Amino acid sequence: MSESTLVAGQLFNGISVASILLLAALGLALSFGLMRVINMAHGEMLMMGGYLTYLSVSAFGKSTGFAVGLVVAFVGTALFGAFMEVTLIRRLYGRPLDTLLATWGVSLILQQAARSIFGPIGVEVTAPPWLSGTLSLGGTALTGLSIPAVRVFIIVLAAIVLGGVGLIIARTRLGLLVRAVHANRAIADALGTNTRAVDLAVFALGTGIAGLAGSALSLISPVTPTVGQSYIVYAFLVVIVGGLGSLAGTLAAAVLIGVFSAGAQIFTSQSFSDVLLLLCVIAFMQFRPRGIVSQSSRALEEG
Amino acid sequence: MRKELGLGLLLIVAACAPLYLPAYELSLLGRFLALAVLALGISLIWGTGGILSLGQGVFFALGGYAIAMHLKLAGADPGSLPDFMQWSGLTVLPSWWAPFQYPAVAIAAVFVLPALAAAILAYLVFRRRVTGAYFAIITQALALAATTFIISQQQFTGGFNGLTGFTSAFGFTLGDSSTQLGLYWITLAVLALAFVGVRALQMSAFGKILLAVRDGENRVRFLGYDPLPFKVIAFAVAGVLAGVSGALVTLDLGVISPAMFGVVPSIEMVIWVALGGRNSLLGAILGTLAVNFGKDWISSAFPDLWLFIVGAIFVLVVTIAPQGLVGLLTFSRRTPRAIAAAAAAAAE
Repeated sequence: MSESTLVAGQLFNGISVASILLLAALGLALSFGLMRVINMAHGEMLMMGGYLTYLSVSAFGKSTGFAVGLVVAFVGTALFGAFMEVTLIRRLYGRPLDTLLATWGVSLILQQAARSIFGPIGVEVTAPPWLSGTLSLGGTALTGLSIPAVRVFIIVLAAIVLGGVGLIIARTRLGLLVRAVHANRAIADALGTNTRAVDLAVFALGTGIAGLAGSALSLISPVTPTVGQSYIVYAFLVVIVGGLGSLAGTLAAAVLIGVFSAGAQIFTSQSFSDVLLLLCVIAFMQFRPRGIVSQSSRALEEG
Repeated sequence: MRKELGLGLLLIVAACAPLYLPAYELSLLGRFLALAVLALGISLIWGTGGILSLGQGVFFALGGYAIAMHLKLAGADPGSLPDFMQWSGLTVLPSWWAPFQYPAVAIAAVFVLPALAAAILAYLVFRRRVTGAYFAIITQALALAATTFIISQQQFTGGFNGLTGFTSAFGFTLGDSSTQLGLYWITLAVLALAFVGVRALQMSAFGKILLAVRDGENRVRFLGYDPLPFKVIAFAVAGVLAGVSGALVTLDLGVISPAMFGVVPSIEMVIWVALGGRNSLLGAILGTLAVNFGKDWISSAFPDLWLFIVGAIFVLVVTIAPQGLVGLLTFSRRTPRAIAAAAAAAAE
């Protein structure tokens, strides 16, 4: 394996990690941008999506099971998100730090529930036959580099979801309402928008996407009760670096952070790359405290 | 006056504890009172200043490791390295370890290191007016980065096992019951001092402005104050309190390890204060004792239940009792208007 294939392989890993970060961060960015809600249980939506996929695969077999699992993971976590929004988040509106603590409590409960149901050791989801191969780029400068098909699948999935969310926001009636509430909640409310329903829809969509991310994640690593914890901090950093209310910013930040971590790991260890990442984020905030794509606004108080 | 009375009562009850508590419970109480020093700091920055930090464990660790490094060096045979360094194959003492062989340096470091780290972080983040949830996330990332870093540097930090195996501290044998009792008194004195100090800070002009920053940062700016130094100083004070707490707990428990201050323990520290009442120093102490004694009892009797319970505490305190237990107790004394004002204040 030559130097360039090593770098290219690591770059590719970075992009596939970025895809999962993007899927995890999309929901966070949507609900934080719109409702100023910090959902610390978002990582557990990944975990839940992973377990739902595992259950589907055990029920329907390797091949169709995974396809069913994607749907089940999305719908299941979206429903749970809706339940959380109605019972908990809604009561804490306008108190972002309190939502943060309350949803952390939810995350602890979900982790322990997963531990009680599935045991502390992770469960494995084997990739369906149609995703088990590798792609290799023979005959080019990168001969010898073989890319697992599951990683390609994850990147494609992230691209489809990002495109889908972009279309929903830009082209549908729901998207119009989301943009209206995002621009000015009070005015949208006064003009008859059911802002609570918009919040609910966005929150459920966001958790559903996290469920999909968990489904994708289950292909490359075992699903454990704490799997969400290892992604959530990075997903939050993506939201901070990306800026609020912009899909492009979230995408750019996810790619930046995913590739940064993978790139830094060529030269140093995982732990050093974590420290470096945090230092870089703090340094970045010195220049763009509101993220890559920030909204210009004349409002004085913003979340 | 009622608050001073409360502290006095608590101190008397705690001071007499060696007379009526069995040894095991007494050692728990001593450790939890040491943790309460950290909780006072959270109460200052969160209750008074509106700054939620999910990374207080990092400053706790700085204090703990500062004292632990001294104990390791003092405990090693003359001319040889601490045991875990020998196991990792180190032959020369790292230069940044050397100063900690002097007790004065180690004790000073317990105060200086957390103060510096907290002040630098707060300055860099608050300077650009990054506040609220953003700051909370940054501090959580800090806790994650610090823990993974310390675990990975095993030859310098003891890694996952941390620093442990101390025999004596400053000439006293750690296992002795008289040393343990002395440590208990010191902890109690430190806690009382910290309480009085934070209270004085809250009552001073500094405290009033900090409170104003919490309730309307921009209005404070319009009145001609720069909120930055107030937030930085408050955060540094909370950092020092966390560091002192870390040093006391390390002495008490005889170990400092990443399991004590990572992401999860750090956010648990916030729930101590939330349960007791974020706007009450006494509440912070009582909340710390309640959660930690609860954890000790429940997690030994029903290990699976503890996370469910602590999760439920997070959810219920925030939704039902934002002012914590102290808020519930004083509920009847307040008008609905005052309650609404308090809820609004808790909102940010």
